[in-house]
Amino acid sequence: MFEAPVLSLSNITVAFGALKAVHDVSLKLRLGERRAVLGPNGAGKTTLFNAITGSTRASSGRVVFEGVDMTRMSPQRRAHLGVARTFQITNLFAELSVLENMRLAARGLSWRKFSLMGRDRLSHTEAAQVEAALAASHLVGREATVVREMSYGEQRQLEVAMALVGTPRMLLLDEPAAGLSPAERTHVAAIIRNLPRNLTVVLIEHDMDLALGLVDSVTVMQNGRVIVEAAPDEIRNHPLVQEVYLGKPHGVGEAEQEGRANAHTV
Amino acid sequence: MIRILSPVLIGIAALAPLVLPTYFVSVATQILIFAVLAMAVDLLAGFTGRTPLCHGAIFGTSAYVTIYAASVVGWPIGLAMLTGILAATCLAMVFGLLAVRTSGVYFLLLTLALGLIVWGVCLRWTEITGGENGLRAQLREDLGLSTRQLYVAVLVTVLCATAAMWRLVRSPFGLTMRGIKEGEGRMASLGYDVTLHLLIAFTASGFFAGVAGALYAVFNDFASPSIVQLSSSVQGLLMAIVGGVGTLFGGFVGAFVIIAMEQTVSAFTERWPTVLGLTFILMMIFAPEGVVGKARLLLKR
Repeated sequence: MFEAPVLSLSNITVAFGALKAVHDVSLKLRLGERRAVLGPNGAGKTTLFNAITGSTRASSGRVVFEGVDMTRMSPQRRAHLGVARTFQITNLFAELSVLENMRLAARGLSWRKFSLMGRDRLSHTEAAQVEAALAASHLVGREATVVREMSYGEQRQLEVAMALVGTPRMLLLDEPAAGLSPAERTHVAAIIRNLPRNLTVVLIEHDMDLALGLVDSVTVMQNGRVIVEAAPDEIRNHPLVQEVYLGKPHGVGEAEQEGRANAHTV
Repeated sequence: MIRILSPVLIGIAALAPLVLPTYFVSVATQILIFAVLAMAVDLLAGFTGRTPLCHGAIFGTSAYVTIYAASVVGWPIGLAMLTGILAATCLAMVFGLLAVRTSGVYFLLLTLALGLIVWGVCLRWTEITGGENGLRAQLREDLGLSTRQLYVAVLVTVLCATAAMWRLVRSPFGLTMRGIKEGEGRMASLGYDVTLHLLIAFTASGFFAGVAGALYAVFNDFASPSIVQLSSSVQGLLMAIVGGVGTLFGGFVGAFVIIAMEQTVSAFTERWPTVLGLTFILMMIFAPEGVVGKARLLLKR
């Protein structure tokens, strides 16, 4: 239990002007741990993700991944270290086919992407990786489909497939089931459940039922701060969590207003 | 489609000088040269989603350098052309370093400003560029090429350049360019250095604009500030748009349409720019995907 953490955040703060979207957050993840980050809109969950993947730099604090300080690294450097993510708002190459999307994902970490005159084919290892990732995301047989023409549910599956293809060491899933039908949600839940056990996974999810069934530990955020860190079965009845999700009897309006003020940062 | 059509079109292009009068052979040569410029613009506009307004300046720089090296310095014409292409490539790299971090209208304006600098230099640096009088040479005469022979030489070069660009857009790097057009943020999180890839694309595009410029120097035997000015850049972009942005071969169609129209219309009226403007407006309304793009859509149905 006392092995070095895979990811260690110490006192991360992300400020946009006077607004602290993430405020003094510290977090440690073990190898293979699955962690859910819960919290209302504007709690700073996505901003925290961005600070981990590099889309936004932390204003202060340190992000250490597998012993490497990557606080100041660009997103592509972090990707090369094995950090992969999906996006809350589907962020795919809409005019390209599923296979072309996967090729781009597979080649992101290899020198082949610089080939100006070579043929646009995958190497054997890359092809195998792509196949495995498509299988894990239940997208086999859809390779030639143009992404724009796929259902939203399938696009969410492709988000996960693209993050998986580079065989990442840590995967950050930003609301992978957002906007899906109940049937599609169970589908995505199954995909997440069947991810390799040595892959460290961080999951942002609004649907508490979905999230609690998938993870080993839970972090609850509110107004940029971590308010609870506990095991999934302790979460539902935790007084602070109930307060965040159901509101306290006398402070409902206040919490809502703060939530709204932070909303644009997420 | 391309497999069937391209041998036929190449055949027609190769046989054209046997039947066409000299004047039209000369127009056809011009079309081929500008097709390369239009395709160079399309590499950026159509594949990376960055629309440049400086390719006339890059093209013109190559023409200036080629003529200067051959006629003033006295280098052999082949070497002069290579020097022109090299100069254009280096210029494109510098422009790229300055411009690729921007996108959209900022990219457009920044490249426009960079192009204007080149124009200003060509106009003012009189002892080298000849100022408004430009630079004159007799490269074609020195090579001893007739109009028809020059056409064939240009055709061969243009075909090689086109094959290279086709290879480029179909390569892994070509897919990277399209990925950048579709979603830059995602590319970074997949491990791509977007800025570096854009710089490479810009430089490659400048190289091909340079090839067109060096050919133009031999074809035209004259370089003046008008070839590096904004309207030259706009013309290259218009040809790419009329042909179809993101289709590459649309460059040939665009160059053909615009140069053929210019030749025809100019015979009847001096208001060629007006006609060009009107055509462009109609094009934007009814076929913004360009001739080749529109044809592809219709074929898919």
